[in-house]
Amino acid sequence: MELTKQQHLELYYWMQLNRKLEDLLTNLFRQNKIVGGLYSSLGQEAISVATTYALEKRDWIAPMIRNLGAVLVKGYQPRDLIMQYTAKAGSPTGGKDGTAHFGDLKQKRVISPISMLGDLIPVMTGIGLGARYLGREEVALTWIGEGGSSTGVFHEGLNFAAVRKAPLVLVLENNLWAYSTPIYLQTAAKHFADRAKGYGIPGVIVDGNDVLEVYRVTQEAVARARRGDGPTLIEAKTFRRKGHAQHDPAKYVPQWMLKEWEAKDPILRYEKHLTEKKLWTEKGKQEILARIDTELKQELAAAEASPLPQPEVAAQGVYCDGCHEIRAEWKRSPDEVKPPRNIPSKWFKGRDPALAVAAIPPVAKPEKETVMVGANPRREKKQRKQTKQERQRK
Amino acid sequence: MPTLTYLQAIGRGLWEEMERDPAVVMLGEDIGVYGGAFKVTEGFLSHFGPERVLDTPISENAIVGAAIGMSYLGLRPVAEFQFIDFIACAFNQITNFVAKSHYRWGAPVPLVLRGPCGGGVHGGPFHSQNPEMYFVHTPGLKVVCPAGAADAKGLIKAAIRDPNPVLFFEHKFLYRRIKEEVPDGDVVVPLGQAAVKREGKHLTMVTYAAMLYTCLEAAEKLSQQDGLECEVIDLRTLLPLDKETILGSLKRTNKLLVVHEDTRTGGLAGEIAAVIMEEAFEELDAPVMRVTSLDTPVPYSPPLEEYFLPNAEKVMKAARDLARY
Ligand SMILES: Cc1ncc(C[n+]2csc(CCOP(=O)(O)OP(=O)(O)O)c2C)c(N)n1
Repeated sequence: MELTKQQHLELYYWMQLNRKLEDLLTNLFRQNKIVGGLYSSLGQEAISVATTYALEKRDWIAPMIRNLGAVLVKGYQPRDLIMQYTAKAGSPTGGKDGTAHFGDLKQKRVISPISMLGDLIPVMTGIGLGARYLGREEVALTWIGEGGSSTGVFHEGLNFAAVRKAPLVLVLENNLWAYSTPIYLQTAAKHFADRAKGYGIPGVIVDGNDVLEVYRVTQEAVARARRGDGPTLIEAKTFRRKGHAQHDPAKYVPQWMLKEWEAKDPILRYEKHLTEKKLWTEKGKQEILARIDTELKQELAAAEASPLPQPEVAAQGVYCDGCHEIRAEWKRSPDEVKPPRNIPSKWFKGRDPALAVAAIPPVAKPEKETVMVGANPRREKKQRKQTKQERQRK
Repeated sequence: MPTLTYLQAIGRGLWEEMERDPAVVMLGEDIGVYGGAFKVTEGFLSHFGPERVLDTPISENAIVGAAIGMSYLGLRPVAEFQFIDFIACAFNQITNFVAKSHYRWGAPVPLVLRGPCGGGVHGGPFHSQNPEMYFVHTPGLKVVCPAGAADAKGLIKAAIRDPNPVLFFEHKFLYRRIKEEVPDGDVVVPLGQAAVKREGKHLTMVTYAAMLYTCLEAAEKLSQQDGLECEVIDLRTLLPLDKETILGSLKRTNKLLVVHEDTRTGGLAGEIAAVIMEEAFEELDAPVMRVTSLDTPVPYSPPLEEYFLPNAEKVMKAARDLARY
């Protein structure tokens, strides 16, 4: 789908909002107002923004700590992030957790991450599988750093997603550094995307600093997932231009590398594109920047107005005591999954025929060979062809 | 009332919940075609279909992770560990993702993680463990360890309906050894309630899972041989702990013995003793005592495992010491 002029400008707005919000947070950090560490996505804004922009409202994301842009596109306000980082009562977690560790199941469809890298991958697989079970064509998207992709749970999650053809898009942000660890100590493979082959899914490499390209490949992956064709691993090549967090001067990163990637800044690059393609005017640009400026001032004021939480809140909320409604939202008739089952299952599309046979009541062998419900017709055809060839050989 | 084994009762409970609520789905290794390593879910796949009974790769983190995602959509996933020992592989998902979810961001995780635990079957160090205390120590989880068949059925129903994550530890020694009348129909045993399984006035034994039967055997013998009447409490749920029932019994007997198959240090007995010190010190006529497994891994060879595990003799000896105190 071609982006309209308006959408081009929206992408720009989100990237700039992402960056300027982080500038604001950096200022707060210098004023000692941030509780704990502060993480930057400088130079990676195109990935957070474009991947989320490629989703529909009904789709799900689970951000990692550097995906500020993603939660903004998903509908959170800058004040939410400011309050998270300053541990305020008004933050989405009410001060129970910080940084990008928040979410909303009901409206925004954002799943909160935990610090342990990789755990979101099977969780988002479950979101995708669960949505499909309920008859909803929703896609789950999450991110992982190239460092986080070395965890065992990355493998378990992506493999399970592939086996079940879960509607999952996994965006691997290869920013060349995991804290102080360079990629050659993380993998012996040439590209992280090459791993996709081992899972039997597409692995796509994209220039992570090209917002339009990131948008394009994500859209394809999302469409594929929505069609029921399973997950895609997208490796977005980029660079982490700050230290791991504010405390880290990143002396281990060579200067030449930093210079090289500064020149590839995704926002500058996109500005050039917008100008060359005459998608905006200087005046239009200034309007966007002024809008962000005003917004952030208001957002900061709102965040600062929020008090710190009442201490006794610490003791509350360990269990759900009925405070949250738990209800599955069906988009197909639940009768389809109640026994006796006589409706072909969409969930099972394309899976192992042996399982499908075991799963349906035994039937008499028909005269002519037919394809079992839920079996993979292509595979069966191939098997038939093989047995025919074997017969001929004999 | 039909007579069911502990295993059948759990299967029946799961079955009825699947019938009742299409939001209940199952996932685990070999639970479908094969019916589970212990056959708890035998027949489920052909009855409920492959959309609701998912055979998974050998990926405990993916099983728990996917169950989390499903539960966020209001589904009620029940995940099986082939042996509860493999719960260690998903420790991070359970203690960090599942347990903290509601507290951190108000997202309930209504899932059930179940599997066979416990020793006495010569399963060796990796197929005999009782890892409940790792999770009893984790705020946000509920931990259930049924001993009776009827209780097991009623508790699995309660676990599935609970808005919180529930770890359901099935003692494999009991699977086919325990047979009892199990009420038909929708009988739910609430979580967090202990049950007095034998009344007595001289001392209280607090226990759970397979050790219930060890305690009942010891109590019977003590009654016959010594005229010592022991009250036996089956905790059923370890977290949240039913302190009232324990303290209520202690008020009557003034002496308390905790018996568990889990190892000693950091076991539930220590916690119960601390609760009593804080809340009922005045009631005690003797120190709280405990009979537990040794502080070692679960050994394989039968004489070693027998030495390792509590048994009726060890319980009787402790009870006599306590009575004499
Ligand atoms: C399982 C796990 N181990 C260690 C850490 C500590 N840690 C946090 S971020 C990080 C580096 C992550 O690198 P990468 O995944 O490449 O993401 P990036 O920081 O580059 O965005 C480490 C080691 C963690 N959060 N989770």
